[in-house]
Amino acid sequence: MPDTTAKINFTNGDTEFDASGVQFVINPNDEFGLTRAIWFKEQAGATVTVVNVGGPDAEATLRKALATGADEAIRVNAAPTDGFFVAKQLAEVVKNGGYDLVIAGKESLDYNGAMVPGMLAGLTGYDFVNGCIKLDVTGSDVTAVREIDGGKETISAKLPLVIAGQKGLVEEKDLRIPNMRGIMQARTKALTILEPVAANATTKAVKFEKPAPKSAVKLISPDNLDELVNLLHNEAKVI
Amino acid sequence: MSILIYAESAEGKFKKTAFELASYAKKIAAETGTTVTAVTINVSDASALAAYGVDKALNVNIDKLKAFNAKAYADVIKQAAVKESSKFVLFSSNTDSLYIAPLVAVGLEAGYASNVVGLPQSIAPFQVKRHAFSNKAFTVTEITTEVKVLAIGKNSFGLVESASSLTQEDFEPSLNDNDFTVKVESSEKVTGKVTIADAEIVVSGGRGLKGPENWGILEDLASALGAATACSKPVSDLGWRPHSEHVGQTGKPVAANLYIALGISGAIQHIAGINSSKVKVVINSDADAPFFKVADYGVVGDVFDIVPRLTEKIKAFKAQNS
Repeated sequence: MPDTTAKINFTNGDTEFDASGVQFVINPNDEFGLTRAIWFKEQAGATVTVVNVGGPDAEATLRKALATGADEAIRVNAAPTDGFFVAKQLAEVVKNGGYDLVIAGKESLDYNGAMVPGMLAGLTGYDFVNGCIKLDVTGSDVTAVREIDGGKETISAKLPLVIAGQKGLVEEKDLRIPNMRGIMQARTKALTILEPVAANATTKAVKFEKPAPKSAVKLISPDNLDELVNLLHNEAKVI
Repeated sequence: MSILIYAESAEGKFKKTAFELASYAKKIAAETGTTVTAVTINVSDASALAAYGVDKALNVNIDKLKAFNAKAYADVIKQAAVKESSKFVLFSSNTDSLYIAPLVAVGLEAGYASNVVGLPQSIAPFQVKRHAFSNKAFTVTEITTEVKVLAIGKNSFGLVESASSLTQEDFEPSLNDNDFTVKVESSEKVTGKVTIADAEIVVSGGRGLKGPENWGILEDLASALGAATACSKPVSDLGWRPHSEHVGQTGKPVAANLYIALGISGAIQHIAGINSSKVKVVINSDADAPFFKVADYGVVGDVFDIVPRLTEKIKAFKAQNS
């Protein structure tokens, strides 16, 4: 996805995202998952595979994940046209690979669909924990904590499982970043390219719009807070 | 053909978003010449839905569903959609609804659009506007499948009253033991406090408050407004406030009617998480803070001076207007 500080612009009559000059990064929600997966590898001897549905441009991101500590990478060679299409490709990879645990990000920070992990669970028949902020696995028993409105919930589940994770899976200070040794090793790790399976997209992006330019902020003097209360009540009508 | 909505509840009572969703569904029903059916789970009396245009409630009362279970709830909703031959299945953007919606979409072979803002721009082809790029843009999405699943953004439509003669019936879906392999063991919920998810008003603090010991002034303002409290990412990273209060791109999203930022500079990632709030107020001593570019109202000055005085003004206002 585009770097979180990237300027968002559109091209071709506002029908396409303008990727020129935009740096692509691993979705921050996925970064937490990747570090947690590497932790499982180190603690329990898991093998970590990273997978992406995208064009050749995505390989730099996959290499970065390999350099961070993943063992192998798979790229399904197709444009990720919609959430269902991506979930369908991932389901194929998951079924063929017999993975015990699939860690996805809760949502991407570009299209914010928050749909691929749940659809993947639905397509594979795996159980699913959404909004996961803590994850432990002992044998095939899983303990997970998920965020709920106004609190959190501790859940027990069994492998195989799909989770959609976010900040909390690991602490931000523990996030792994590639080091020189990792970068060298990544060059020799396998990056497999698979051709997509047939799947129809169920949605399409027709066009994009930028929010209407905002009118300038109304500044209120610190000595006239009555005016702020008045504006919030009579103009904005929010109190 | 009825439009199906999942009317989310907590402790047997509908959430406000259930009424907003009903209002939205009624509007599409009117345009397409059909009715609105709501699925309710463990709600003893669904009659409150009548005020927002729901024509029929399918009430599910099953003890096994007392604890939330996404797979089982999705099964219930799928069966209701099939029973009603629904072409539209609508969800709110609450945490649990967003958990269920993709499972339902896959089960019904339906296209799914989340973060929907506003009514469909066109019914055939079906096109809706959605938030994307973390609130930095919108996209118009077309759903090309026969059955369509939508999740409507909180506070994006509002409540529209429309009285209907509601009929209620018990609905007994068939549930599978495999639905219950994910179990809730325990839950921790803040009680007696407005949650960020449900709040109409959110008061949020940043590093400008200088330390956790100063949060009293923020809490006083929040309490005077009946608001939820929140914080910026640095504040939760520093451990001044719990992670659960962190709002922003990697924290909780906020779609409140009023968002008040105290001592928050307004980094792009923070704004992305709160930008779908309707009205934004910033109080900050730095007049160049980027938050002033996105705020509706701003006060340049010292939060420690301004906030307690504002709280008093709000209290006086509330006393006069209640």
